[in-house]
Amino acid sequence: MMDKRISTTLLVAFLLLSLLPIYWMLNMSLKTNEEIVGTLSLWPHQLTFANYRTIFTDPSWYSGYINSMIYVAMNMVFSVTVALPAAYAFSRYNFLGDKHLFFWLLTNRMTPPAVFLLPFFQLYSTVGLMDTHLAVALAHMVFNVPLAVWILEGFMSGIPKEIDETAYIDGYSFPRFFVKIFLPMIKSGIGVTAFFCFMFSWVELLLARTLTSVNAKPIAATMTRTVSAAGMDWGVLAAAGVLTIVPGALVIWFVRHYIAKGFAMGRV
Amino acid sequence: MKTYNNRAWFLILPVLLCVAFSAILPLMTVVNYSVQDILSPTQSVFVGTEWFKTVMRDADLHGALGRQLVFSLAVLIVQIPLGILIALCMPAGGWRASLALVLIALPLLIPWNVVGTIWQIFGRGDIGLMGYTLNSLGMNYNYNGNSFDAWMTVLVMDIWHWTPLVALLCYAGLRAIPDAYYQAARIDGASRFAVFRFIQLPKMRNVLMIAVLLRFMDSFMIYTEPFVLTGGGPGNATTFLSQYLTQKAVGQFDLGPAAAFSLIYFLIILLFCFVLYTWMQRVGTGDAT
Amino acid sequence: MARIDLIDLGHAYRPNPATPGDYALQPMTKTWDDGGAYALLGPSGCGKTTLLNIISGLVKPSHGRVLFDGKDVTTLPTEARNIAQVFQFPVIYDTMTVYDNLAFPLRNRGWKEREARVRVEQVAAMLELSGDLKHRASGLSVDAKQKISLGRGLVRPDVAAVLFDEPLTVIDPHLKWLLRRKLKEIHHELKLSLIYVTHDQVEALTFADQVVVMTQGEVVQTGSAQALFEEPAHTFVGYFIGNPGMNLLPCTVRDGAAWIGGHALALSGAAKAALAGAAGNVTLGVRPEFVECVADAGTGADTVPATVLLVRNMGTHFLAEFRLGEQRVAAKLRTIDAAAGSTVHLRFPQQRTLYYVNDHRVA
Repeated sequence: MMDKRISTTLLVAFLLLSLLPIYWMLNMSLKTNEEIVGTLSLWPHQLTFANYRTIFTDPSWYSGYINSMIYVAMNMVFSVTVALPAAYAFSRYNFLGDKHLFFWLLTNRMTPPAVFLLPFFQLYSTVGLMDTHLAVALAHMVFNVPLAVWILEGFMSGIPKEIDETAYIDGYSFPRFFVKIFLPMIKSGIGVTAFFCFMFSWVELLLARTLTSVNAKPIAATMTRTVSAAGMDWGVLAAAGVLTIVPGALVIWFVRHYIAKGFAMGRV
Repeated sequence: MKTYNNRAWFLILPVLLCVAFSAILPLMTVVNYSVQDILSPTQSVFVGTEWFKTVMRDADLHGALGRQLVFSLAVLIVQIPLGILIALCMPAGGWRASLALVLIALPLLIPWNVVGTIWQIFGRGDIGLMGYTLNSLGMNYNYNGNSFDAWMTVLVMDIWHWTPLVALLCYAGLRAIPDAYYQAARIDGASRFAVFRFIQLPKMRNVLMIAVLLRFMDSFMIYTEPFVLTGGGPGNATTFLSQYLTQKAVGQFDLGPAAAFSLIYFLIILLFCFVLYTWMQRVGTGDAT
Repeated sequence: MARIDLIDLGHAYRPNPATPGDYALQPMTKTWDDGGAYALLGPSGCGKTTLLNIISGLVKPSHGRVLFDGKDVTTLPTEARNIAQVFQFPVIYDTMTVYDNLAFPLRNRGWKEREARVRVEQVAAMLELSGDLKHRASGLSVDAKQKISLGRGLVRPDVAAVLFDEPLTVIDPHLKWLLRRKLKEIHHELKLSLIYVTHDQVEALTFADQVVVMTQGEVVQTGSAQALFEEPAHTFVGYFIGNPGMNLLPCTVRDGAAWIGGHALALSGAAKAALAGAAGNVTLGVRPEFVECVADAGTGADTVPATVLLVRNMGTHFLAEFRLGEQRVAAKLRTIDAAAGSTVHLRFPQQRTLYYVNDHRVA
């Protein structure tokens, strides 16, 4: 670890720079479009909540917000649940084709989502899952599950195998060992995986918009509605941006204890 | 030491089903399109590798590819060390850590088109904070007109947007190191740099690999942010590979070449990632597990 | 090489400890001699690791002082204390070779390569690692890695004490014995003070000259294996040491005898005096190894009737369990004729029967 003062200074400097555009977005969200494109002002000279009002009074906004949160939550749970045993297998065992399979998993993230658009559309129409939260949750698993497996495997490999064996000698059954001993040791890995699954699913607009129409329509609608009669709706877009940060901030707040405060390997 | 056990396949099965199912079908569709000339929804002619050859010969493609490679390289060179540095600076626990985590993560949560939009205004000389500041410092900054400025803006925007990903991964990796290593290092009289070099960096190997691969492939596929910010301009100065692909497919409604190009695109990423992966594995070999 | 004194040493994690329960380590004063091998024995959470970390300097005590050879080191950081510590799992630098691992502490202290080489090869030979010096440390087996961890401690000639925090936890059982033997050899050769924390009594009793038994932050007894076995000063020691542990039977003292379940046991003169006017719980303690099973009651002074509950043939002896009033008594016997359900007499030899008031031994 570095000298406390140097590291705090560097961190604060970075955070300040990093928060400038965010502040700018907040700034824009409270201005009228005229003010945004008219002058440079560090704070709104004509403070207005109209942008937020537009969003909140838009019926598709509120439900869109909820819809997004539903399928993202589903995706988080599915992805992490499915990834945990797979990551454990990759970490602890050798088996036929394991290295190739591991790399192949990641290749699913190497295609622009646009490529999946048409085939997914056809697929989900066929199975009758169009316009459901489940469809989007499942579709997003294509890129989130490989990520989850990769991250979790990395953390699991950091735990020496002797810990497993000692636990078995001490009389733990595999499920008990996994839940009570192993998972707490990779807490930070699980926390960060959960957050990334949330994040990548939350910001993905193309698939989410394509696979839904009414019932499960996400906030993508407002996100991509950028042009009104008067031109580009900067203010509304900025307000939407501000509002979409909130759930993510909450998620990372909830997993903060998983990620921070490392687990010092204690008694087995 | 890993044990050999084919029954591990059962643990992998759920993952396999989810991913393979939704990945192989689209892939087959794309391959199908790439070898046909689709004249109309009902008429198509098999043309074999013709599209591939056409695509590869396209000079615009070479330009976009070159720009893309430079961009991704720049991204890696800046974001990886910067991310590590930030992770090292973040507090380990307590309310400070929680606050730092939330603040660091904010840029990641903004939808990508909004990111581009904000920086559009932010970078304007007349109405944007950054543009105005840079101009008043004497630089003639114009991301719409000047290629270099456009490049730098896209780069800085990407750094702002994605370095937190690297930082978060590295931070989680650092927190997973047991205290005993730091204690032993103190007893051994190790300097701070030695602690970084011999304990922290090696133990971050796994997360760094993920960070490098992720940043490479995501930057190689980047589309929305630069498109919204510069539209690919001025000219085609910031037209990267993804945008080039979209232009071809959407602009010309030609599924055949587009599909062929998608495949080539995918294979390029695959190749680079494979090389990176193998190289990092070799450099980092050590742990018996 | 170092005499360790603990003066009124205590530790509480919270700022203002009021009751004993607030202390992770109860204040104590103790001296450990130069060159001895000590084991800190106790169940999880008894404070033994806290004590170890205070001695090594990784934890600063909230209370009291630590002296090395008379010098106050309480505020000295770990690296200045001339100690080495071996942890529960091997802590090695996995990017380095075995040689570099062992040389690391010396290089950090500015040693010249030539002198470092001599020292490293010496320690490697002692630990039987000479053949592995050029290999990457990460590729070795777990016990070899622990030896490297230990080696890094031994390689510094100024090391005064080596502290072990349950170091054999992750080692295979059949290798544990080899490592333990190696530790004893090293102890003989280098004459360092060794302090070994464990919750395994077999490890403690075979490793150490003196065993310090701890429970709930308190040191309840320090002594040789024999002393702890034959004369436990605390009911916890009686219960924890031995397999099975000591029989602890609550009793009442009346008319110069100890009464259990309605039966009287005569007390020796010394015991009578010690127990006279004892306020609090009186417990009778007798080890299963010393309980005798006799056919007839004899004088009845030191025997009680009991019912046989079960008898198990352990190969080298019989393990029998009896019911005495409401209590269970275990005994290790060479022979036994009685079958389950029958009534026998148990004899508690007076010199082996110990009495505890509020868990502390009085007679």
